[in-house]
Amino acid sequence: MRKIYSKIERIAGNVITVTADNVRYDDLAVVSSKYGDSLANVIRLDGPKVSLQVFAGGRGISTGDEVRFLGHSMQVSFSEDLLGRIFTGSGRPRDNGPELDENMIPIGGPSVNPAKRIIPRNMIRTGIPMIDVFNSLVESQKLPIFSVSGEPYNPLLSRIAMQAEVDMIILGGMGLKYDDYLFFKNALEEGGAMSRTIFFVHTASDPVVECLLVPDISLAVAERFALEGKRVLVLLSDMTNFADAMKEIAITMEQVPSNRGYPGDLYSQLAARYEKAVDFEGSGSITILAATTMPGDDVTHPVPDNTGYITEGQYYLSNGRIEPFGSLSRLKQMVNKDTREDHRSLMDGMIRLYANYKESLEKKSMGFRMTDWDNKLLKYGQIFEERMMDLSVNIPLEQALDRGWEIMAECFTPEETGLRTGLLKQFWPNKEDLN
Amino acid sequence: MTKTTGKVIGVNGNMVAVKVEGDISLNEVGYVKVGEQNLKSEVIRIQGDTAEMQVFEMTTGIGVDDEVEFSGELLAVELGPGLLTQIYDGLQNPLPKLAEEAGFFLPRGLYMNALPRDKKWEFTPKVKAGDTVAAADTLGTVPEGIFEHRIMVPFNFYESYTVKKVAEKGEYTVEQEMAVLEDAKGNQHSVNMMFEWPVKRAISSYEERLEPDTSMVTKTRIIDTFIPVARGGTYCIPGPFGAGKTVLQQVTSRYADVDIVIIAACGERAGEVVETLREFPELIDPRTGRTLMERTVIIANTSSMPVAAREASVYTAVTLAEYYRQMGLHVLLLADSTSRWAQAMREMSGRLEEIPGEEAFPAYLESVIAAFYERAGVVRLKDGSFGSVTIGGTVSPAGGNFEEPVTQATLKVVGAFHGLDRDRAEARKYPSIHPLNSWSKYPGVVAVDKVDFARSILSRGDEVGQMMKVVGEEGTSLEDYIVNLKSEFLDAVYLQQNSFDPVDAAVSVERQNYVFDQLYDILGSILELSDKEDARHFFNQLRQHFIDWNYSEWDSDEFKENEKKIKTLLEQKQTGLMEEAKRARKAAESKEHSNA
Ligand SMILES: Nc1ncnc2c1ncn2[C@@H]1O[C@H](COP(=O)(O)OP(=O)(O)OP(=O)(O)O)[C@@H](O)[C@H]1O
Ligand SMILES: [Mg+2]
Repeated sequence: MRKIYSKIERIAGNVITVTADNVRYDDLAVVSSKYGDSLANVIRLDGPKVSLQVFAGGRGISTGDEVRFLGHSMQVSFSEDLLGRIFTGSGRPRDNGPELDENMIPIGGPSVNPAKRIIPRNMIRTGIPMIDVFNSLVESQKLPIFSVSGEPYNPLLSRIAMQAEVDMIILGGMGLKYDDYLFFKNALEEGGAMSRTIFFVHTASDPVVECLLVPDISLAVAERFALEGKRVLVLLSDMTNFADAMKEIAITMEQVPSNRGYPGDLYSQLAARYEKAVDFEGSGSITILAATTMPGDDVTHPVPDNTGYITEGQYYLSNGRIEPFGSLSRLKQMVNKDTREDHRSLMDGMIRLYANYKESLEKKSMGFRMTDWDNKLLKYGQIFEERMMDLSVNIPLEQALDRGWEIMAECFTPEETGLRTGLLKQFWPNKEDLN
Repeated sequence: MTKTTGKVIGVNGNMVAVKVEGDISLNEVGYVKVGEQNLKSEVIRIQGDTAEMQVFEMTTGIGVDDEVEFSGELLAVELGPGLLTQIYDGLQNPLPKLAEEAGFFLPRGLYMNALPRDKKWEFTPKVKAGDTVAAADTLGTVPEGIFEHRIMVPFNFYESYTVKKVAEKGEYTVEQEMAVLEDAKGNQHSVNMMFEWPVKRAISSYEERLEPDTSMVTKTRIIDTFIPVARGGTYCIPGPFGAGKTVLQQVTSRYADVDIVIIAACGERAGEVVETLREFPELIDPRTGRTLMERTVIIANTSSMPVAAREASVYTAVTLAEYYRQMGLHVLLLADSTSRWAQAMREMSGRLEEIPGEEAFPAYLESVIAAFYERAGVVRLKDGSFGSVTIGGTVSPAGGNFEEPVTQATLKVVGAFHGLDRDRAEARKYPSIHPLNSWSKYPGVVAVDKVDFARSILSRGDEVGQMMKVVGEEGTSLEDYIVNLKSEFLDAVYLQQNSFDPVDAAVSVERQNYVFDQLYDILGSILELSDKEDARHFFNQLRQHFIDWNYSEWDSDEFKENEKKIKTLLEQKQTGLMEEAKRARKAAESKEHSNA
C-alpha cells in the first residue's frame, strides 16, 4: 500500500509541491480534490520536496487535498480496442465507451537508433496537386502546415487523412476549438474512416496540462501500431498550442525564458515529438502531419521557426491555398523520380514560370509597361491558381500532370516553357505546335 | 583506492544533484544507479559536498537516495585503430552495435566499447628497446584502411621514457601490450594500441602551430574561388531553416580534398545522417579508389537523443580529429549544427540557475565557442610532418537573424563566413551562399586580383539591380543594364552549382581556373550590343552554352565543343577589354611570375 500525503505545501499555477519520500522523477500521482480526481506527474525533486504538475490544473486544489503516488510514470492502454475511440489528453474516454486499462504501455519512450533508420521511399498520394505534384508527401515524413490563424488547416488535415493511403489515423488535438473537434469527428465518420481512427483530444476548454500529453500519448500508440506493421498517419493540431502550454508551465516553474517567453528547450521538446516519425524496416511507419499556426503570420515566431528547423519541410497555407513559395517537401526528390518521367521537369518548369508571373505582377503593380511576355505570364498565373492551387481541386497525380501540360499549352509556345525538347515531343498536347 | 560515491538529492530535467562522499573533479563521470541500470553522467558544478551532474540519458525513474558511483575519470574517448568507418553517438557508443544488441530503439544505460576488441591489427614496430620516447612519438604503425595508423605514446605521458620492450611485427588486438616504457624514476608503463583522452582538453602534442595558408579545396566554385577555406582554418555556415546548410556540408564531406572527414550530426534530424551512412559505403572516392566511408567517422547525436550527450558530441568529434592530425593527416570536422550544441549549454545553464546572458544563453557562451574553434589548426609534428584540423560549423540562428548570440560569437573567431541567404534559397539559387555578405581571410585557388575584379562586377551589378527595381528597365542606361546582366551571368554560371549533377557537383582547381579565365574574359569585355533586348538575348545564349559547358566532362569533346560555342559567340560582340580588367589581369600575372 502506497502512502497518501495530505499536506500540499505550495500551489502555484498548475504546479503543487508536497513533502514525500520514495518518489521517482516523472512518477504519476492522483490528486483528489472536491472537484474530483486528477492525475499529476513529478517534474522536480528537491530533497524531500516533490513538485508535480496537475493535469486538471491547480485551480480549486486545497492544501489539505490528498496526493497518492502510483509508482510509475504516465501510461496508456494499447490494443485494437483503441480504434474508433475518442480519449482525452490523459487517455480517459471522451466518448461513452469503457475505460481501457489493459496492456498499459509507457509514453515518451526512447528514440529510434539512427543506424536502424532507412531512406524514405514511398509517396503518400493525397489528390491535392500542390502536394502530389509540387511537394510530394512521403511515408515517414514529418511535415507541418504553417498557417495563419483562420485558414482552413483542419479541413485540409482531415481531407489528407481520408484520402491518404494509410492503414490508420491518430488525431492528436491540442487546444482544439470544440467546433473543430466536432468537425474532425463528423468528417471522419462521414468519410467512413472512423473505424481506423483514434482520437486523443484536448479542447480549448480543457486543463492546459493535458494538452502537453497529447503528442506523447498519440505517438506512443502510433509507435506500437507501427511496430505491428501498420502505416500510421498522425495528425497533430495545433502544435502552437502545445508550445504555449509548455511556456505556461515553464513560467510557473520560474524558468528563464529564452525567446518571447518560450523555454530554452523548445527546440528539443518539439524535436523529441517530431522525430518519432519513422519507417521501421520490415514493419510499419509513422508519418506526422501537424498544424502550426503562426501568430501574426510571422514565420520567424519561435514556434514556426523552431519547427522549421526540425521538420522535413512545410506546407505554407495562405489565402486558402498551399503557396508554392515557402512550401517545401525535403523528401520529395526521394519519390518523384519514380512517378512519371515528366514529373520533376514539369514541377520545376511550372514553378519557374509562376515565379516569373509574380515578378510581372509586381512590375504591373508598380505601373511599369507590360510586354507581350508579361501578359502571357499574367494569364498563366491566373489559370495556374484556379486549376492547380485551389484547394477544391481533387485529382490524382497523373491527371494533375496532364492538366499542367494543358495549362502551359494554353498560355505559351513550347519553347517558351524552357522544357527539354524530348519531353515536349512526348507530352505537349497540340503536336502541331511543335515543329 | 576506493571509489567515491554519493546519493541523489534532487532531480530537475536531465540534471541531478548529488551529495558526495569523497573527492571528485569537475567533468568527472559518474553513474546514477536506477534499478538495474547505470546512467552515465558528468559533474558540471561542485558546491561544498553537493555535485550537480548532467545525465546523458532520460531521467525518468530516478529517485532521491539513489546511489551514484564516480569513476575517477573525466569524460573521455577511446583512441586507437578502428575509429574510421564508425557511426558513434555523442559518447562514442557504436550505434550499429547498439542496434544489434537492442533493436530499433536506443536503450537507456547500455554502453559499448568504441573500438572493436577482437579485431587484429598488423603491427610494425618503429622503435627498439633502448630508444627514448615521449608523448605522441610513434612506437609502430598498423594499416587502417588506406592509412598508416600510428600507434603513439599516449598523450598523457608527460615525461621522457626509455623503451624497455616493444612488440614484434605481427597481429595484435587493441588491448594487447605493444610496448613497455620506463620513466626516469624507473617505473614501468605498459602501453597498448588504445588509450583514452578527455574530450574537453585539446591535444597539444605537437612542435608548433602554423598559420593556415593553404586552401582546403571543397570543389564548390563559390567557396574555393570567392570565399575559400584553409587547411587548419575555421569557417561557419549560418542560415535560416531550409537554406541548404546540411546539403552544403554533405557535398563538402564528399568532395573536400582532405584525408579524413569527421561528421558531427549534432542535434539535427536523424534522417539526414541516414542518407550519409547508407550512401557513403557505396560511393567511391576518386582519389583513393575506396569507398568514402573508409575516410569517414560519423558522430550522430540527433535531436531526439539526450541533450547532455549532444553537448559532449562536438568534443568527441574534435578529439577524434585531433588524434588523426597527430598522424600527419589533414582532417576536416563538419559540425551540424553548432546552435544545437549552444542550446544544450543553455538548457544546462538554466537548470543550474546561472545568471543568463542574451536570449538566456550563458555568459560564457562566447569563450566556449572560441575555445572549440581554437582546436582547429595546422601543426608541425615532432617528426617534421604536418597535420591539420579544419572546422566548419553550421549555425541555425533563431528567426534566420544573424544578430543573435551564437552567430555573433562564432563570427568573432572563425576565418571565413559563408552566410546562406533565404532569398537565394527560395529562388533555388544553390548553394545559397550570399556572395557579397560572406567573407574569408584565407587564400583562394584563383588569382586574387582577378577575383576582386569579378567581385566588383557583382556588387556593381547588384546596385544596378536595386536601382532598376525603382526606376524600371526604361530608366536604366544600356551600360548599367549590361553590368547587371554580367553580374547575373556570373551568378548563374559560376556561383550557382548543381550539387546533384555528377560533373557539376565537384569542380577541380584546374577546371575552376580554366573556366574562370573564360568567365573573366566575358566579364571584362567591352561589348557591342545595340539595345537591351539584344543584350539580354546575347547573355541568355551565352548562359545556355556556359551551363552546358559546366555539365560536360572535363576535357571531353563535348567540353571543347561548348567552349568553342562560347568563344565564337563572344567574338561576335566583343570589341575589346575594359581597362580595369586588363590591369587586374596584369597584376595577377606579375604576381604569378614573382612566385615562380
Ligand atoms: N545545393 C542544393 N541543390 C539543390 N537543392 C538544394 C540544395 N541545397 C538545399 N537544397 C534544397 O533545400 C532543402 C533544404 O536544405 P538543407 O536541409 O540543407 O537546409 P538546412 O539549411 O540544413 O535547413 P535546417 O536548418 O532546417 O536543417 C533540401 O532538402 C533541398 O530540397
Ligand atoms: Mg540542416
